[in-house]
Amino acid sequence: MKEKIGVYICHCGGNISDYVDVEELSKMFLAEENVIISKDVMFACADSNQKAMVNDIKENNLDAIVVASCSPKLHLHTFKNVASRAGINPTNYVQVNIREQCSWPHSDKPKDATLKAAGLIRAGINRVSHSESLDNIEIQVKRAVLVVGAGVAGMKAAIDLARLGNDVYLVEKDYFVGGRIAQSEKLFMSGQKGKDIIAKLFAEVKSYANITLFTGATIEKVTGSLGNFHVDINIKPLYIQSNANPTTLKAAMNDCPITVDDEFSFGFKKRKAIYKNYDEACPDVPVVDVEALRDADEFLAKYASIFDFTQQDAVLSLHAGSVLVSTGFDSYQPKEGEYGYKTVPNVVTLPEFNKLMALSPDKLVFNNKTIKSVAFIYCVGNRQAKGENKYCSRQCCTSAIYTSIQLNENYKNITAYHLFRDIRTYGKQEILYEKSSKQGDIYIRYDEKEPPVVAQGAKAIQIKVKDFLTSKKELEVEADMLVLVTGMVARDDSKLISEKFKIPIGNDKFFNEIHPKLKPVETVIKGVYIGGACQGPKNISESVQSSLSAAAKINALLKGGTVSLDPIIARVNNDLCVWCGKCAEVCEYTAIKEVEEGDKHIARVNEAICTGCGICAPVCKPNAIEIAQYTDMEIESLIDGFMQEVTLTDKETESHEEAENETLKMKEFPQMWKNILQSIDGGKKNIPQIAEEISVDTDIVTYHVMTMNKYNVVMADGMDEKEAYYFYKRKN
Amino acid sequence: MSKENFIPKILVFSTDKISDPGIDQAGLRKLHYSPAVYVISLPCSSGIKARWIMHAFQQGFDGVFIAADGHECSFSPKCAEHTNTIIVESQVMMKENNISPKRIRMAAICSVCAEPFVNHMENFSRILSELGSISAEKSLVP
Repeated sequence: MKEKIGVYICHCGGNISDYVDVEELSKMFLAEENVIISKDVMFACADSNQKAMVNDIKENNLDAIVVASCSPKLHLHTFKNVASRAGINPTNYVQVNIREQCSWPHSDKPKDATLKAAGLIRAGINRVSHSESLDNIEIQVKRAVLVVGAGVAGMKAAIDLARLGNDVYLVEKDYFVGGRIAQSEKLFMSGQKGKDIIAKLFAEVKSYANITLFTGATIEKVTGSLGNFHVDINIKPLYIQSNANPTTLKAAMNDCPITVDDEFSFGFKKRKAIYKNYDEACPDVPVVDVEALRDADEFLAKYASIFDFTQQDAVLSLHAGSVLVSTGFDSYQPKEGEYGYKTVPNVVTLPEFNKLMALSPDKLVFNNKTIKSVAFIYCVGNRQAKGENKYCSRQCCTSAIYTSIQLNENYKNITAYHLFRDIRTYGKQEILYEKSSKQGDIYIRYDEKEPPVVAQGAKAIQIKVKDFLTSKKELEVEADMLVLVTGMVARDDSKLISEKFKIPIGNDKFFNEIHPKLKPVETVIKGVYIGGACQGPKNISESVQSSLSAAAKINALLKGGTVSLDPIIARVNNDLCVWCGKCAEVCEYTAIKEVEEGDKHIARVNEAICTGCGICAPVCKPNAIEIAQYTDMEIESLIDGFMQEVTLTDKETESHEEAENETLKMKEFPQMWKNILQSIDGGKKNIPQIAEEISVDTDIVTYHVMTMNKYNVVMADGMDEKEAYYFYKRKN
Repeated sequence: MSKENFIPKILVFSTDKISDPGIDQAGLRKLHYSPAVYVISLPCSSGIKARWIMHAFQQGFDGVFIAADGHECSFSPKCAEHTNTIIVESQVMMKENNISPKRIRMAAICSVCAEPFVNHMENFSRILSELGSISAEKSLVP
């Protein structure tokens, strides 16, 4: 129980004290048991006040402090640091939110706001009375990072992490790096080819000795926690001798008699049974399709020197301090019959169409038909009000429009129809929409409730669409090809990755960050970060931005060799615990294990893994689990504090006397106030004018004028022409 | 106290990362709700204990509102399920103490849900006003 508590109630320049009587409250709490100091301060967060607080704590030997001010989201750490500097454990500090959750929402009822603030502060005092001194959990961390996924996001992050001195294990499931962009040809907005970007990044990856790349590798098992993850990866064999002669290897690739459908090119062409996804694919080592070569005895005998069919899957254990998951996305695959996909000839998805264009440099011919008109249907598999994927993938609008522009540039006289719901070419991408419109592309807007209907016509595909912008008049579009503009979906193996690393998955099946704005690349699993499109639809530059952000976070985490974690974790009362296993059952992070203690079995919490979510606490029937800083005592004392009776001084009868006192108080103005009043003189001036005249920084003048306004020394009198600043005049 | 003058006291359990910023935003935007609303912020709504809810009723709160993260919860995809279990468990205890199950509510409040939060508080206040003060209803076992 704390016996020497300091209470600081902030005016916030008037943001709080205009509605909450902070002076009265500070006097009231001085009478509270165990409260040694109770002060109202103009700006609690100001450097001068922080110094004064440190002095107060030291001089009065305070053992806990309460600051009633703004939201803890803003200044929790500011005052925790004040506590630390003054020698108090930061867990003996409580911040009470009397601005965002009191003075502002109740500015219409100042008296009630003051009563509520009294309850909130008393609850804060109760809570801090029961607070424990807890030390942060110090963890030794290994300066190595496991990056899962060697697409553009993963490779960029790996390069930055290596450049900053971390060892990097870059693990790619495919035999070649690059992910989705390796499949793409020209990319908006730069027009660069995906393959070229990949080649450049791969050369950079190779130039760092502290990056180890594993291709054909999958995550098998993950144990450990922040600082010390132990990850087993499974590496598939290439069936190529490690010392195979490159010339013979190349000759074998050319001579290989077996061809199969090339999945990388969506089956639009064939590939050999010894292959690379494309000629420049990295690393420059081909893969052997063992199944396809099963009966090619003559060929295998001829090139026996390069093959090694004794190779087997190898499991390798890696030790990393942190993990970055950048596994990317899958393109939505339409169901059979969806807008005629797989049931009507010449209906393809956008990625398929792009590949088809890349394979047809001179003339666009598909299924023996020269293509003269192409229709695009947007939002296929995304923005489904009743379907699975309610979200918008954003990048697909621009991608389809960019394809349409290339269609016009590469081939002559092809008509493009765009059947869209909304066009979302945000930012600079709007230029492409304008270019497409100017080149004569036809845009028809449809309503989600009445999507286009696709059927096979006599000569071409027939698409009936109700034009939303002309009172839903039904139009009939004939096109030689129909392109379904498909959005992004989470990878089909994302559940598997989620289970290995315990990353939460959202309803959209993408990985969940802690907070989309405030912690956009962090997950609740300490030390595990997400980057790129595995956390939701992103274009390439957004993917790279997020993975680089994660890389910077990881580097900051690991560079010191140790990390300090908040002590908000579950704790087990060994005497009460009877090990029923319910806590371990609900824990998403396997942070709770059964251990033997003396003659009984009890639950034990792994401090490094526990996220402090508290899910385990309510399921414990003997109430043996509590979360540090959220104990029954602390929460119930908060509730008691809210409900305690508060009596305020009746200000009505005192108001006249108080007004006189207020004037009297102001007889002794500080010199700065005198200077400001002299500048205003009998007229009115705004803050920049005063600041210029008395040659004082505008921020300082603002602070003083606000305070003078509060104490009725000056008052606002209209605004300047631009309505940027108020004029102030002397108040009589 | 007549029902017209009765202002129900509501205890809100919010979450640090998602719903509490939403409630903060209501204040930031100067959206008004009842000053008899008090908020306790926790890491996750799945960590609320039924005994805290009962303690709130015992101390005179007329209603308890759980501002949950719903599917946005960063800790568990089963968060809503866990929180619902806690509410059901609490309602059993409330029934034993003659407290109307309508005095507890849950809704997903996200970090920008300022207006929905204010609407929820208005609606809940109205429901609680119709129910009247908890002191007339409860027979809490201490």
